[in-house]
Amino acid sequence: MAKIIVVTSGKGGVGKTTTSASFATGLAQRGHKTAVIDFDVGLRNLDLIMGVERRVVFDFVNVINGEASLKQALIKDKHVDTLYILAASQTRDKDALTQEGVERVLNELAQDFEYIVCDSPAGIEKGAFMAMYFADEALVVTNPEVSSVRDSDRVLGILSSKARIAEKGLGKVKEHLVLTRYSPARVAKGEMLSVEDVKEILAIPLLGVVPESPAVLTCSNSGVPVIRDDNSDAGLAYRDLVDRFLGEERPHRFLTEPKKSLLSKLFGGG
Amino acid sequence: MDWLKFFRAEKKANSAKTAKDRLMLAVAYQRSGLANGPAYLPKLREELLGVVRKYIQVPDDAVQFSVQREAGLEVLELNITLPDQP
Repeated sequence: MAKIIVVTSGKGGVGKTTTSASFATGLAQRGHKTAVIDFDVGLRNLDLIMGVERRVVFDFVNVINGEASLKQALIKDKHVDTLYILAASQTRDKDALTQEGVERVLNELAQDFEYIVCDSPAGIEKGAFMAMYFADEALVVTNPEVSSVRDSDRVLGILSSKARIAEKGLGKVKEHLVLTRYSPARVAKGEMLSVEDVKEILAIPLLGVVPESPAVLTCSNSGVPVIRDDNSDAGLAYRDLVDRFLGEERPHRFLTEPKKSLLSKLFGGG
Repeated sequence: MDWLKFFRAEKKANSAKTAKDRLMLAVAYQRSGLANGPAYLPKLREELLGVVRKYIQVPDDAVQFSVQREAGLEVLELNITLPDQP
């Protein structure tokens, strides 16, 4: 049976799409047949981050409306052959996502895929709600910053009361904290909430910490999910995160700043 | 002038601590259900307090509300603390 995972946050710009792209790519790289769906109707971006923007012919809304088959709309990734992308519509508005339509598409995907990753739009309105509603598990993407943490808490409240399995009394959405744009140096100076602080406030298990990294921007420039950049700290952090999600033990890295030599402390360079 | 900084005691601004304290409060309020509970809650609270006061004098904070959601059910919990001596 397919597992549906929503990548959500409430607040915009914290790294949902970056996380969706790398998480789905990572699952697929490990051999699991994975589909990643952009729920941000009207403001699609996942196609750009995945580097498939020029191959979008049909989108999610076309499939919901029966204007295209799922097979026609799914874009097969050129680098990882167990990975497929379903783009959001650029022209419709979010009312195009009906509960019945989304359910039908997810059910059809579930017959063929092991993991379905739903990239939620920001906010808690219809698009975000549709992305959350059918989820079995949730990656709650949070920055160590007050507004992001509060919004994540709000989203956790919605997940625990409004998601399908909660609403029907079938159980609870399994929640995972993904802390992104983490800067150990600033945490050490007392300028940024620490992993421990955020864990204590949100009280959900930590899946991964992704350090603030220039690689996230440079990879997005060329449409490569950052997990495919093995030389970057962010790429390695996402790889660890996927391994942990699949049940393996991986110690958290990048939680402390790299040691500086006495010379660089004295003469700058950092 | 980095070498000068090395000898100076580092100034600890610790705004992260402030952030954490503020968040704890904001999140507690959010979770109490009052922030996103039904719109009639504040009025209901006020009127209930009025009814209670017809019989007993209680302070403003004697009536406490919380809305909790469990397995698809919304539960309104109402707590009235009575004074020690009637």
